[in-house]
Amino acid sequence: MKSDSPVPAVDRRSRDDARPVPVAPVRPSVAAAVPAPSAIVAPAPTAKIEIKDLRFYYKTYLALKGITLPLYDKHVTAFIGPSGCGKSTLLRALNRIYELYPNQRAEGAVVVDGQNILDPKQDVNLLRARIGMVFQKPTPFPMSIYDNIAFGIRLYERLPQGELDGRVEQALRRAALWDEVKDKLMQSGLGLSGGQQQRLCIARAIALKPEVLLLDEPASALDPISTLRIEELISELKSDYCIVIVTHNMQQAARVSDFTAFMYLGELVEFDQTSVIFTNPKKKHTEDYVTGRFG
Amino acid sequence: MDLYARRRVVNTVILSLSFVATAIGLFWLAAILGTLITHGVGAMTPDLFTQMTPPPGSRGGLLNAIYGSVVMTAIATAVGAPVGVLAGTFLAEYARNSRFAEIVRFINDILLSAPSIIVGLFIYEVMVLRQGHFSAWAGAMALAIIVVPVVLRTTENMLSLVPGGLREAAAALGTPQWRVITEISYRAALQGLVTGVMLAVARVSGETAPLLFTALNNQFWNTNLDGPMANLPVVIFQFSMSPYADWQTLAWGGALLITVVVLVLNIAARVIASWSTVKQ
Repeated sequence: MKSDSPVPAVDRRSRDDARPVPVAPVRPSVAAAVPAPSAIVAPAPTAKIEIKDLRFYYKTYLALKGITLPLYDKHVTAFIGPSGCGKSTLLRALNRIYELYPNQRAEGAVVVDGQNILDPKQDVNLLRARIGMVFQKPTPFPMSIYDNIAFGIRLYERLPQGELDGRVEQALRRAALWDEVKDKLMQSGLGLSGGQQQRLCIARAIALKPEVLLLDEPASALDPISTLRIEELISELKSDYCIVIVTHNMQQAARVSDFTAFMYLGELVEFDQTSVIFTNPKKKHTEDYVTGRFG
Repeated sequence: MDLYARRRVVNTVILSLSFVATAIGLFWLAAILGTLITHGVGAMTPDLFTQMTPPPGSRGGLLNAIYGSVVMTAIATAVGAPVGVLAGTFLAEYARNSRFAEIVRFINDILLSAPSIIVGLFIYEVMVLRQGHFSAWAGAMALAIIVVPVVLRTTENMLSLVPGGLREAAAALGTPQWRVITEISYRAALQGLVTGVMLAVARVSGETAPLLFTALNNQFWNTNLDGPMANLPVVIFQFSMSPYADWQTLAWGGALLITVVVLVLNIAARVIASWSTVKQ
């Protein structure tokens, strides 16, 4: 089923959480081309991750002031907002990568498939294998292209060579990089262009078969052509993953995401379908931001 | 005089002073190298590498001393480099901002600049006096103590240069910290780490003071690490102080040999270091 097919508005407010549950996006162009929603029976998006009253501290500074937000499976959610609003902080809480640094801590709950992953009993390495992450700056490891991909697989699986080769190829194909690198798999990953390096990092993340993909401004260090390729890739990948993207670029959020969360000063101002956020936001603040009046 | 003219005069004066200072420094360096080469090149014969240190008045070479230096430097590096690398790893990867790391770093800096004769005396006290004799082991341990702070410092510096984003990226795949260090950080910093070890080897291969109290010297071929062992720095010291012309020639030869080896090691270290910067 196409993930961006229209979904009937199912009112799930009867459930104990009273926040509005947005439905899958209906892009104007798509909506015009398909029959009326009533003609198609499609399930409402299911929340892969439920962020509940998340507070985040840098030492004593409160950077996230109680964020509550669902992240839907097989959809792209974008976090937008001015610099310092906490969108990257929020993303970095989802795989607990902030724990690499002392003095950073999160309170509240991040529930993935019913499990609060902020629970100290949750093994962080197993968690991070399930929740892949791609950073703003491409970070190829100082090893061959092949080993860049195989590195993560080898951490968790002992595969015969042939099978490993297959997994590496599959990941590179999925990241739309295979054709460019298939003849130089044993060359250093550092020799690729910025855009290729970033796709290598995406391939590396999806080689582990994660369930969630966190993208922290994945295209902000890239040229427009590479950016376009990354965006195409995101649309391509969302049929399999719950994708969360932090972006400074509002056009990018509008292009690639199904849902958008607008954040400001550590608070979630508004969360809705991307089309609603960009065309008919409920809050004045959101409207001012997406129309470029501030920020 | 207007402001601009004044500035130009000051500039000229300072530039001249810097030039003179550089020239003085380079002059002595060239003078030392020139003296070494003119006196030492005559001793660079096959005998130097094949004969034992002779009694005064007979023919001979420095084979036993070269062997001793190589063996003791090798043991010192084998013992000191892993300690230095591991301690440097601890400071850069595990304890980066802790108070404890600051203390270790401070003590290491003291050790780095401690006069090497004190290291020799220390080993004399704890090994030579207790065992009742000089030995190559004692010499190697004294040199190892000099290796540790050098390697520790370079390891920590090189690991600190590894971008934090690389560690984050590895951790984001669910990599345990020890594998992030051994498979990502070490690999990214490899050439820097090798450079550090080579600089340490260069440093200890010329050390004399720590060996005077520990390995002492030996006129004969000795491969027993429990006994006194000849080594280039002490032989140079002894032969150059002697009144015999042939011993003095050998001392010049040994001095030139050490200088060339240290020079080659330093150049190699620099070349390796430049490769690593080109790659990143």
